Amino acid sequence: MLTKRIIPCLDVKDNRVVKGVHFLNLRDAGDPVELGARYSDEGADELVFLDITATIRSRKTIVELVEKVAENVFIPFTVGGGISTVDQIDELLRSGAEKVSVNTAAVQNPHLLTEAARRFGNQCIVLAIDARRSKTQPGRWQVTVKAGSEPTDLDAVEWAIKAEKLGAGEILLTSMDADGTKTGYDNELNKAVSDAVNIPVIASGGAGKLEHLYDAIVEGGADAVLMASITHFENYTIKQMKEYLASRGIPVNL
Amino acid sequence: MIVVIDYNVGNVRSVCNAFRHIGCQAKLSCNPEDIESASGLVLPGVAAFGYAVSALGHLAELIKKLALAGKPLLGICVGYQMLFDRSAEYGSHKGLGLVAGNVVPIPSSQTVPHMGWNLVKLPEDMDLFAHLPRAKSRGLPREKHFYFAHSFYANVTDTEAKIAYTDYGFPMPASVQKGAIYGTQFHPEKSGKTGLKVLENFSKICHLSRAKSRERKTT
Repeated sequence: MLTKRIIPCLDVKDNRVVKGVHFLNLRDAGDPVELGARYSDEGADELVFLDITATIRSRKTIVELVEKVAENVFIPFTVGGGISTVDQIDELLRSGAEKVSVNTAAVQNPHLLTEAARRFGNQCIVLAIDARRSKTQPGRWQVTVKAGSEPTDLDAVEWAIKAEKLGAGEILLTSMDADGTKTGYDNELNKAVSDAVNIPVIASGGAGKLEHLYDAIVEGGADAVLMASITHFENYTIKQMKEYLASRGIPVNL
Repeated sequence: MIVVIDYNVGNVRSVCNAFRHIGCQAKLSCNPEDIESASGLVLPGVAAFGYAVSALGHLAELIKKLALAGKPLLGICVGYQMLFDRSAEYGSHKGLGLVAGNVVPIPSSQTVPHMGWNLVKLPEDMDLFAHLPRAKSRGLPREKHFYFAHSFYANVTDTEAKIAYTDYGFPMPASVQKGAIYGTQFHPEKSGKTGLKVLENFSKICHLSRAKSRERKTT
């Protein structure tokens, strides 16, 4: 049986891992290569590296980072942040990334998903959605872009359905409301999206306790859970997370 | 020297990194001379099938000839799928035809892509899985987790092929072995320590095969 995945997320700025609350107030959490290797040794199923500055200058740094990680880490990892062309995707995959995630560029040019999937296969194209609860329409979530700073007219569930048809192979779904709060994932959002698509959904934003992981999988229907604060600041080890999930009957790779 | 075939598709570097990590010499190359003199070949692949086949181009015939002559060949993911007759990914594309079978979509009753770590039952007679730890209890099949990321799978019809299966709502082939031809649908280079062991086993297979062919030449 396919196991549920535990995925530490490393937000990278100026070659350091950082973590904030609601995407703000960043704290330093260490060296990305070292931290990635440590999580891999501890039994993480995958890693996600997000270049949160995503400038032309940081692009080169992130390729070098991918190369270094790939020399030291033998589990899959995804790279994201400011990726907007098929050539950039090609460069990152060739440098050793298993998957790339696209966000703003896919909203601006949805055809990018199709073009990338046709060339590399949809299994390595992750669509990242940063969603915020609608203040006016309950039970709806608005897609935001540019690291959550810019709202769009897109509905998160409708965008996920469309992206699957276009070629996305996985959805990395971050709740902007829950991000960094450690109060639990937005499982209404997770459930709405995971029920609507047939590709895997990674729940992201809000993990603070072990039961939050269980809830995202059982209530939210997530195929994988992503977390940052609770691993970086050593509240829980990956092993503790997996043992907890296993004790509650969730299949994991222990 | 193992040659990892570089045919301009995604993530080929990881395979070389993994071989280097286990102390095995591996070279990324698309040079026919390197390919001919290699002790073994790895056909990696993060790409769509059609793109991968056309990118491989004229190297296809050479790889096929060498594998049939006994040079160990390991296909990984799309490289594994290319060992078969045909694939239905984005159209209909011809593969190398080294192992009988067709590459078909995973049924949509399952989440597709099949992505993540799944258990593979490891037959005792498949060389890639030699020296992996035994099952915890006697009588249980030996099984290990490997990392998969794919939307199509090979429906293997070759009666001469040994097959290892994983369970994805149905028994899905995860690895084959036929003569000197080996393939894994999963990514050994991304499957942690267990995956590295599989690559180490392939490197041993290449070493033995090289030693045997030298023996044949001298006698």
